[in-house]
Amino acid sequence: MSKNPKKTILTRQQIIGYIMLSPFAVCFIMFTVLPVLTAVWLSFTEYNMIQPAEFIGLNNYKLLLLGDRIFITALKNTLVFAVIVGPIGYFLSFFAAWVLNQFKFRNILALFLYIPSVTSSVAISAVWSYIFSGDRYGFINNTLIEMGIIDEPILWVSDPQYIMTVVIIISLWMSMGNGFLVFLAGLQNCDKSLYEAGAIDGVKSRWQELKYLTLPQMKPQLLYGAITTISGSFGVFDVPVALAGLPSPNYSAHTVVAHLYDYAFQRFQMGYAASVATVLFVITYFVGSIVMKSLSENDKDGKKQRRRVLQ
Amino acid sequence: MKNISKEKMKSYRNWFFVYILIAVLVAFCLLPIVYMINTAFKPLYELYIFPPEFFVKNPTLQNFSDLLLAVSSTSVSYLRYIFNSLVVSCITVFVTATISSMGGYAVVKLKPPGGKVFFKIVIAALMFPAQVTTIPRYLIIVNLGLVNNYLALILPVASSAYYFFLMKQFIDQFPDTLIEAARIDGCGEFKTFLKIVMPSLAPAWATLMVFSFVASWNDYFSALIYINDDVMKTLPLAINTISGSGFGRAGAVSASAMIMTLPIVIVFIFSQRKIMQTMVYSGIKG
Repeated sequence: MSKNPKKTILTRQQIIGYIMLSPFAVCFIMFTVLPVLTAVWLSFTEYNMIQPAEFIGLNNYKLLLLGDRIFITALKNTLVFAVIVGPIGYFLSFFAAWVLNQFKFRNILALFLYIPSVTSSVAISAVWSYIFSGDRYGFINNTLIEMGIIDEPILWVSDPQYIMTVVIIISLWMSMGNGFLVFLAGLQNCDKSLYEAGAIDGVKSRWQELKYLTLPQMKPQLLYGAITTISGSFGVFDVPVALAGLPSPNYSAHTVVAHLYDYAFQRFQMGYAASVATVLFVITYFVGSIVMKSLSENDKDGKKQRRRVLQ
Repeated sequence: MKNISKEKMKSYRNWFFVYILIAVLVAFCLLPIVYMINTAFKPLYELYIFPPEFFVKNPTLQNFSDLLLAVSSTSVSYLRYIFNSLVVSCITVFVTATISSMGGYAVVKLKPPGGKVFFKIVIAALMFPAQVTTIPRYLIIVNLGLVNNYLALILPVASSAYYFFLMKQFIDQFPDTLIEAARIDGCGEFKTFLKIVMPSLAPAWATLMVFSFVASWNDYFSALIYINDDVMKTLPLAINTISGSGFGRAGAVSASAMIMTLPIVIVFIFSQRKIMQTMVYSGIKG
């Protein structure tokens, strides 16, 4: 084994590697890595884009967490949204993918379930606002009145009591997106021989098959779905703004990103808005890391199993 | 024997329940789409019928022709918004596919020092919403003089961690032996990439193209921040100028929503099989 010629080839390869990576790396560093670091730094300053940023320590955070009631409302709305839409959307996607995988017409059914997620959230929210219209012309109101469930039309998208519910319904409707596709693809490629072996070993129902054979093989896909769901649901903005406006009545559909947008681009308090961004970053990163750790620890067993089968 | 048939009956009953659930789910997903399509073809007087009708009776193309031919109050035609959206989305798709496949290939197969760390940063970037970076991104865009420029909508979306990640996972599966064989035959690195690796990555780009097209086509947040010139606005922003209170606008809004959804659905139908092939490898291994 002569090491020297290999080394020279490697260095040439590596240089070409850097060249090929550079277009992505430059854009990614410029538009993602640096902005995250800058956002954290800006959050300790007061900055209005005209005067230079002035360091003010933790003042933004003090005001944000102790003095800004609207932010607390936004945080609460975002958490409620994420806790409901995240897990339900996630399980719905997996459940649908799992059932569809056993169907003959799964491609067309998958298309039907996937379409909502590729609609423009702004455009489709406008369509939904006619379905949920607050007068008797609204389809939901009309149906509920005819069924005798309510007497008076409900102001779905202008009564603070109901706005968030409507936002959640629309978001759940749109939740079977790329996560759903990943699950479906993962299920189609589960090792078939495992199921035969499982049947011999006494796996009786499809539920047991799911628990002992399918889920362990699906860990990487499950993790991917979880990570994208978390960042998607904490970043909620389009649907509530398109539906209820900015600000929404009584801030009932105000979210963390809406708060960020409001302070950054309507009041131009960039430092304060950066502290909102940093809080959002810390929360999602924290939740994401927990999920990643818990799923990837189990993954080791899954990998071992798969390796054993492959050998 | 009796036990087995009893068990079978029970499992049939369970599955019957599961089928009903899926049927409800499909109906829930499709009804608003059917509503949108029907409303888009309704003539004005049908929008005001009471009690409201779900299905259209006398379909008309009036809403579409109003939308496409009429000039909005800001004197910008809807066709201009379609043009802007098409330009932005098509360039985004091209840039995404190019830089992500090159970068992914470099990290996986050429292994430059630091590549693994770089990929870890990319994975970390999947864990927070892009809106976290909004403010500094805006400052960078302002400093580059890209406000009201297509590039402001293209570059941040095209360099999303998400596409790079998908591409890298897919390239992981490409056999090293083929690349080495090409090298032994005297094929240069770029040539190997273009002639040998790229063709076999077709399913991955198809997926990347569809996903980045959808993301860019529907991108409301970036357009809201970086674009304030009416002539440069994209379709998601245009919806705001169309929608208004009252059912009179329901037809135009639905027609507009339909115009925005239709191209994506068509593209998806044609690439569904390739997308499924790619998504197999898109898991995150912890």
